[in-house]
Amino acid sequence: MPEQPNDPELAIAGTGMGGPMDLATSEAATLDKTPGPDGGGPQDRPRSLWSDAWRDLRRNPVFIISALVILFLVVISIWPSLIASGNPLKCNLSKAQEGSQPGHPFGYDGQGCDVYTRTVYGARTSVTVGVLATLGVSLLGSVLGGLAGFFSGVWDSVLSRITDIFFAIPVVLGGLVLLSVVTSNTVWPVIGFMVLLGWPQISRIARGSVITAKQNDYVQAARALGASNSRLLLRHIAPNAVAPVIVVATIALGTYISLEATLSYLGVGLKPPTVSWGIDISSASTYVRNAPHALLWPSGALAITVLAFIMLGDAVRDALDPKLR
Amino acid sequence: MLLEVRDLHVEFRTRDGVAKAVNGVNYGVDAGETLAVLGESGSGKSVTAQAVMGILDMPPGKITGGEILFQGKDLLKLKEEERRKVRGAEMAMIFQDALSSLNPVLSVGDQLGEMFTVHRGMSRKDARTKAIELMDRVRIPAAKERVRQFPHQFSGGMRQRIMIAMALALEPALIIADEPTTALDVTVQAQVMDLLAELQRELRMGLILITHDLGVVADVADRIAVMYAGRIVEQAPVHDIYKAPAHPYTKGLLESIPRLDQKGQELYAIKGLPPNLMNIPPGCAFNPRCPMAQDVCRTDVPPLHEVDDQRVSACHFWRECLNG
Repeated sequence: MPEQPNDPELAIAGTGMGGPMDLATSEAATLDKTPGPDGGGPQDRPRSLWSDAWRDLRRNPVFIISALVILFLVVISIWPSLIASGNPLKCNLSKAQEGSQPGHPFGYDGQGCDVYTRTVYGARTSVTVGVLATLGVSLLGSVLGGLAGFFSGVWDSVLSRITDIFFAIPVVLGGLVLLSVVTSNTVWPVIGFMVLLGWPQISRIARGSVITAKQNDYVQAARALGASNSRLLLRHIAPNAVAPVIVVATIALGTYISLEATLSYLGVGLKPPTVSWGIDISSASTYVRNAPHALLWPSGALAITVLAFIMLGDAVRDALDPKLR
Repeated sequence: MLLEVRDLHVEFRTRDGVAKAVNGVNYGVDAGETLAVLGESGSGKSVTAQAVMGILDMPPGKITGGEILFQGKDLLKLKEEERRKVRGAEMAMIFQDALSSLNPVLSVGDQLGEMFTVHRGMSRKDARTKAIELMDRVRIPAAKERVRQFPHQFSGGMRQRIMIAMALALEPALIIADEPTTALDVTVQAQVMDLLAELQRELRMGLILITHDLGVVADVADRIAVMYAGRIVEQAPVHDIYKAPAHPYTKGLLESIPRLDQKGQELYAIKGLPPNLMNIPPGCAFNPRCPMAQDVCRTDVPPLHEVDDQRVSACHFWRECLNG
């Protein structure tokens, strides 16, 4: 710093940057078949929003931790026998409510079932419900919302009012009413209910981001060059509008898992013999004073899972939101 | 005539009222000819171009009258699907800001190639080869490598070259360039304009050049149409207009160009603001700002007077204006 005024060459180099002459020479240089200063060399790998986002994510510890937790959950929900050798439905009433002992680290629940085995097997239900509900909600919501945003007009008004109606339905009350009439023992009614009540959330986001993307000059430019509506929507608008949907869907995945537990706790979600954290929390809560461990482990697993998905959603949002760049 | 716009009217129906953006525009372009459309922001020059291209947002926009004859057919009577086939293949548009006019998530090669896959049904591989050819044609160096890059990796001038390449891809008969050089540095402006003019000559295309840069116009245009408040107020061959304008608005525009021989003097500016399009003044729309305005200007809309067989002026006093 103190040397700078004494060094005429440095001073000239400093003032010479960025003037019109540089722009002229740089443009001329690119014309001369040499890569310009905007990084044109073949060694320069193309970068897109997605590759930039991936680079950000790989360096983000929050993403790494939550992704590892989720990876672990996915693996044990596909192959629970990897870490749990017992059978979650094989119980021994004589050991009911007993605490931790060798081979059974989490103890036994009220029915004498092994809490460790049931907690491991419960992950499968939670992950299945969460993932399928999120997929359903995202597909339905982004198709309906995207079309409404793109075509606007009457369809948009109709869809927006329908969205408002669905928003007005309280989730738990709606679940109590709708699911209490279902007798099926599978996960499908619960997933169907979540999709039915969840799509308006994604639809609103998708509609908004399609409307924003639609106004971009390149959409009009593509239209001026003869692109059809479907091409505009799929190739030019969707890739530029999908980021917010991904973010909201990732965060929503966590809430669907906890919603499944809530509904199961209330007795309208999944029903035994399905193994689910919600069912276990529900039954353990009746004897929580005698055997708190039977409540603690499934609740803990649920909390960690939901937290992992919400943290993942946060990390993805940070990486995909260009305003934070 | 390749393109003829006849008595075009466009309005925007908004919550606050009806904005009359285009009020009876007439202009035409021949093959190989360049028509420059001059005017301030809000004079209707871009809206007219969008109506010609068929990319006007409707609603709120609405074409309330007129014809757009392209190669003898009235475009306004075509079905949307037929019109889409005209866009890109027969007529194309170059936009002002190339960065925002290129899709950020697609490589330039994909976007150039799209022209061939959409309109010509080419395979992706052939389209890629064509894209490289086009990039060579607009003199983008190392086209083979750069075809995989994304728009943000190019400089402003290079991006505008890509826009030009996209517009010229299918060798359309008509190009509309909406302020193609406004977003560029002065030195790059000249290069891009030269390239556009050269390709236009080579392919014998009609070119409508929308601009407010009188310097650009003098170099490349054959004829000039000056727009004000959604009307053409004067249309004439380039040298005639620069020699002696036949409308006080054109005169004001020419006088507000900084000139070397006026160093140290105050620069002329047209007084007042362009009219509110929801409330255009009665009579001649320019009358509140016109130094020559008389009572008749405040009551009667001036018709298009034929100054000579190539020249029209919408001024009651065009003779006085022409004689200084």
